[in-house]
Amino acid sequence: MVEYNNASTIGWLSVPIAILAGVLRGSVPFLFVSLGECLTEKSGKINLGLEGSMLLGAVSAYAISFHTGSALVGVLVAILVGLLAGLIHAALVLQPRVNDVAVGIAMIIFSSGMAFFFGKPYIQPKAAQISPLNCGAWSHNPQIKSALSLSPLLFVGIVLAIAMHWFFSSTSWGMLIRAVGENPVGSRAMGIPVNAFRFWCILSGSGLAAIGGANLTLFYPGSWIERISSGQGLVAVALVIFARWQPINCLYASLFFGGAQALGPALQAAGVSSYYYLFNAAPYILTLLIMVATCSRSGTLAYMPESLGKDE
Amino acid sequence: MDLNQAVDRIERFLLPLLSIGLALILFGLFCVCQGLNPLDVYASIYRAAFGRWSSFQNTLLRAAPLMLCSLCTILPAQTGLIVIGNEGALVIGALSATCVGMLVYGFAPFFAQLLMVFAGCLGGGLWIGLLGLLRAKRGVNETISGLLLNYVAIALLNFFVEGPIRDPASLNNPASFPLADSHLLGNLPGMRVHFGIIVGFVACLLSTWLIYRTPLGFSARVTGGNYRAAQIVGLSVNRLMIIFSIFGGAAAGLAGMIEVAAVHGRANDDLVAGYGYGGVLVAFVARQNPLVAIFVSVLVGGILASGGILQRVHDLPDSTVLIFQGLVFLCVLWSDSFYGKLNSLVPHFIHGSCHEIFNSSCAPEDISHG
Repeated sequence: MVEYNNASTIGWLSVPIAILAGVLRGSVPFLFVSLGECLTEKSGKINLGLEGSMLLGAVSAYAISFHTGSALVGVLVAILVGLLAGLIHAALVLQPRVNDVAVGIAMIIFSSGMAFFFGKPYIQPKAAQISPLNCGAWSHNPQIKSALSLSPLLFVGIVLAIAMHWFFSSTSWGMLIRAVGENPVGSRAMGIPVNAFRFWCILSGSGLAAIGGANLTLFYPGSWIERISSGQGLVAVALVIFARWQPINCLYASLFFGGAQALGPALQAAGVSSYYYLFNAAPYILTLLIMVATCSRSGTLAYMPESLGKDE
Repeated sequence: MDLNQAVDRIERFLLPLLSIGLALILFGLFCVCQGLNPLDVYASIYRAAFGRWSSFQNTLLRAAPLMLCSLCTILPAQTGLIVIGNEGALVIGALSATCVGMLVYGFAPFFAQLLMVFAGCLGGGLWIGLLGLLRAKRGVNETISGLLLNYVAIALLNFFVEGPIRDPASLNNPASFPLADSHLLGNLPGMRVHFGIIVGFVACLLSTWLIYRTPLGFSARVTGGNYRAAQIVGLSVNRLMIIFSIFGGAAAGLAGMIEVAAVHGRANDDLVAGYGYGGVLVAFVARQNPLVAIFVSVLVGGILASGGILQRVHDLPDSTVLIFQGLVFLCVLWSDSFYGKLNSLVPHFIHGSCHEIFNSSCAPEDISHG
């Protein structure tokens, strides 16, 4: 059996393994930010500002990990900063007549400004990283070993996706959040504190996005640069539609989007240079096609929270 | 004039000023935390943005694309659509104008420029028109589809400038072949500002006329005000949505054409400079009024233009401008929730007493004023 584990014998397998490694590494931020967006949208509000929360999470995790030497403290502080960004967003969008889309874009500008401003001194130094879980210890092949050296946050995210699925389908609080997202006026008439539910959903959603950002700087790629999130927070909106607002589907969709992201460089390496950009657009076109296919003329998307994007 | 109307006018004038004042206070606190005197910083920003004629020209250079991009949100908004696909429309407009510009390389400048303007407007118009069409025919949420199409547009731009229209001479920063020098839009006489500012200004004025002075604009506003009512009175709401989306997209596409033909001279990644998303915010801050958008664009253009001086004089990084800009936008958006508050206070003291007299004298059954 020894010769099968030899690096040279896996030959053609090395490409799929590289892609698998890319998928497992690249999908973690997508997973967290999409779960955050899913939670926010279930309550009937949209948060484009998760892009900003991610950046703030990324920079604060990196800075705190650099100063304390503990990646865990870094992640915890990132969550706090994410909650703070969510607090600003929630405080604004829950006022009457304030448009959540516009506030989201303004929050991206403000948060990225803050992140770049305070992140400037941290572009050079190296911070303590999250120690990986070596799930590939059984193999003697170094490529498999490195592909399966995974972020612990991946497992946290998977558990969270399952927990959120259970939360929305089987707990009374989850049901109430869905009720608020489907019909805020009716919910209010029933005595459900609509704004309180939305407030906590927006806050936690932003906190989750910040964890995704922390994974960017503390695991993969593992350093702080401006534009590190490269629009992943905005992509999350597309991803949640792709996942039909189901947390479990967010997991699959994150793997898919992470995979699409990982395939690009692989194609580029294979010599397909300019088509690589068209390939980059594939997830968005696919999401748009899904929207077109599942929308009805009455203006509602199947599974979409009814009050999403509407003023009361 | 009715008292309520007067109060409304005062409020509409006062609230934006108060919210910008709040943003100035918050950013001032930020400066204090950085150990700087906020008044010095504001003096620098003012000098960099509006202080001298040469610096005001820098402001105008940045205001031009913002005006045109804001129209991409403002025009569809009249029919009730929230479009944020401005960045994509700008990029597509720029890309199609560049392609046409390369085809008409040998043409006389006037015809070439005319064709490029047409291509830019057509590209952007069809791009946002597609959003309107999908919304009208299939009920696809235009906000989200616009967001998606922004990424598709940027991917298309990258594909074209790295593939079919790539200038082999551009090694490090891939770009398209350059436009003919004679086809570039010149500057206004005696200024460093190109013709784009005039185009933006005129486009905003035309849009104001279209929205507030024509039957088409009126129908659009009825549709945006109450979709069902517009349907019932027999307006073709779907067609209005698509038409205004096309107009809006054409404005953003024109912005892209101007960026190519007056600033960059060719298409490359620099086109994705955030003017699209900036335009969305200008539109919301201007409360979807194209006339107000002119002033907001100049204000935001001024903030953008002050980045250099903040770095040179106060040793503040570029990102400071983003923080200031973000604070201004957040404060102004917050102020939206206060409209009508002043009016609900005033009649309580003045009108309230009149109603009481009126009620007690002849209309005891009317309890709605209570």
